[in-house]
Amino acid sequence: MRALQQCLTLAWRSLVQVRHNPWELGDYSIQPILFLVLFLFVFGGAVAGSTEDYLSFILPGVIVMNLVFVTVYVGHGLNSDLTKGVFDRLRALPIPRWAPLAGRILADMVKQVLCILLLLGVGFLLGFRMEAPWWGLPVMIVLLLAFALSFSWVMVLVGVMSRDPEHVQLFGFTALFPVTFVSNAFVPLETLPSWLQTLVALNPVTMLVDSCRGLLSGGPVLGPALGALVWAAIITAIFAPLSVRALNRRLMGQGGAA
Amino acid sequence: MPAAIQIADLSKRFGATQALAGVDLCVPEGTVLGLLGPNGAGKTTLVRILATLLQADAGEARVGGFDVRTQAHQVRELIGLTGQYASVDEKLTGRENLILIARLLGFSRADARDRTRSLLEQFHLLDAAHRAAKTYSGGMRRRLDLAASLVGRPRILFLDEPTTGLDPRARLDLWQLVRGLVGEGTTVLLTTQYLDEADALANEIAIIDQGRVIASGTAQSLKARVGHRNLEVVVRERDDIARVAAWVSRITGRPADIKGQRVSAPAADPEHLPALVRALDEAGVPVDELALRGASLDDVFLSLTGRRAGPGPDDAEESA
Ligand SMILES: Nc1ncnc2c1ncn2[C@@H]1O[C@H](COP(=O)(O)OP(=O)(O)OP(=O)(O)O)[C@@H](O)[C@H]1O
Ligand SMILES: [Mg+2]
Repeated sequence: MRALQQCLTLAWRSLVQVRHNPWELGDYSIQPILFLVLFLFVFGGAVAGSTEDYLSFILPGVIVMNLVFVTVYVGHGLNSDLTKGVFDRLRALPIPRWAPLAGRILADMVKQVLCILLLLGVGFLLGFRMEAPWWGLPVMIVLLLAFALSFSWVMVLVGVMSRDPEHVQLFGFTALFPVTFVSNAFVPLETLPSWLQTLVALNPVTMLVDSCRGLLSGGPVLGPALGALVWAAIITAIFAPLSVRALNRRLMGQGGAA
Repeated sequence: MPAAIQIADLSKRFGATQALAGVDLCVPEGTVLGLLGPNGAGKTTLVRILATLLQADAGEARVGGFDVRTQAHQVRELIGLTGQYASVDEKLTGRENLILIARLLGFSRADARDRTRSLLEQFHLLDAAHRAAKTYSGGMRRRLDLAASLVGRPRILFLDEPTTGLDPRARLDLWQLVRGLVGEGTTVLLTTQYLDEADALANEIAIIDQGRVIASGTAQSLKARVGHRNLEVVVRERDDIARVAAWVSRITGRPADIKGQRVSAPAADPEHLPALVRALDEAGVPVDELALRGASLDDVFLSLTGRRAGPGPDDAEESA
């Protein structure tokens, strides 16, 4: 009970931090909205023939892209806690060892839900209407959060291994841009060269985007959703132990920052 | 009196560096131990082990009777820590920083608010309470950091160079605060590079160098071990240096040390000062400064190790 309250307190802290850092808030909100609007009007005609058709295609794509980018802040925040000594202050308190990390990831989940709702709201203003049954929405959010949770472990590792928060951001975005763009988030799979199609079909971003499209506008869901969940399980199985080990190494002062 | 901190044969190695090489210490409850040592002596390493942030390679440490290795959680219930470098959350306001700690320690919302307010007031931070800590000056961060370590009214307090970066007033405030806490029964372990600070606060001083406690005792007993004070004179005219150095060594009977225009030598007898004044006066040599200084950390250090304290060129070579 006490541990849960401590975890919530730490999550509160991560959320309050955003209030004093408008740039971070902009990264969550203005940036994806900008992406959505720009892509819609620049590529809409070329890719889908009209902006209306393209909107229901690209909205899930932007939601998933943003989901992946927001997880970078898990690594960014963890790294600044480690480099600025806040992590030490927390570790010297009588709280469970996992609480700081859990609080941060919990806060990330809250941010993710807010971002998803924000983008859906903007989509609505631009004319998007949900065509699938209503329960598709909560299912989509749960699926997205499950994937974000697993992907957070990758960012925890990046956060632990990086020298400073700027490197986390640099590394995070450099690695994630290709991952999100080599997918069917913005263009249909069929339009890609065949060698790339194989790669794109295997990308978890593609699977997530397909599930979201199915859950919002109708179409196959089970296949891509299962694929995304398998990816989530694999990522967690690999990166959770790696991250925990790297964190312990760094805290014990043997490794130091790479 | 039961021991608040008990350390036996503690050692810790980082790669090729032996940061602690068998430290033994005991701090009775309700007293202040001043841990004094030059850069790289192992002070921070020791504090971090005691605060359960780092594990020792060998040896045992008990804080409040609990083993720091196997009963870390119980130790954390008792301690407060102000690390060498301010560890405040820069993205939160001063007030939010303290509320965070209070809530994590199990204070109710109302209690957390009250405790936070009184600490902000005590550390003169009320005016800045609603600003993000990244806008604070170094000294303000330091004070916020100190306040954060006191939120839970810890029975045992670790302060790692707490007055580094504080202005003289804030430094005296801190000394006053530490005295007050000790008056209420708190045990304090404080590291410092300044003998005067240890002198002003500590019941007992341990001098640590290269991971070993090389001397311990009261400030008086340590100074007595050095057994002398320093006669120092700063000569105004460069041409007079040689002359004055000769008088200084004749009067004290020891070779004079010359650094720029500063001439000094250990002086066993307080009568050395008037003797030098007479010599200077008779010859009409102008000086800018003239003093009989008490033993400094440097002197204690020099007499114990044969080396000067602080990061000299020798130290740099050693660690390379
Ligand atoms: N994480 C680490 N990795 C490698 N070496 C370390 C680490 N922490 C400390 N050391 C080394 O251990 C030795 C003792 O360091 P420590 O920080 O305890 O000294 P200190 O007495 O606190 O010095 P200062 O007065 O400069 O704060 C130094 O030689 C330092 O370089
Ligand atoms: Mg130190």
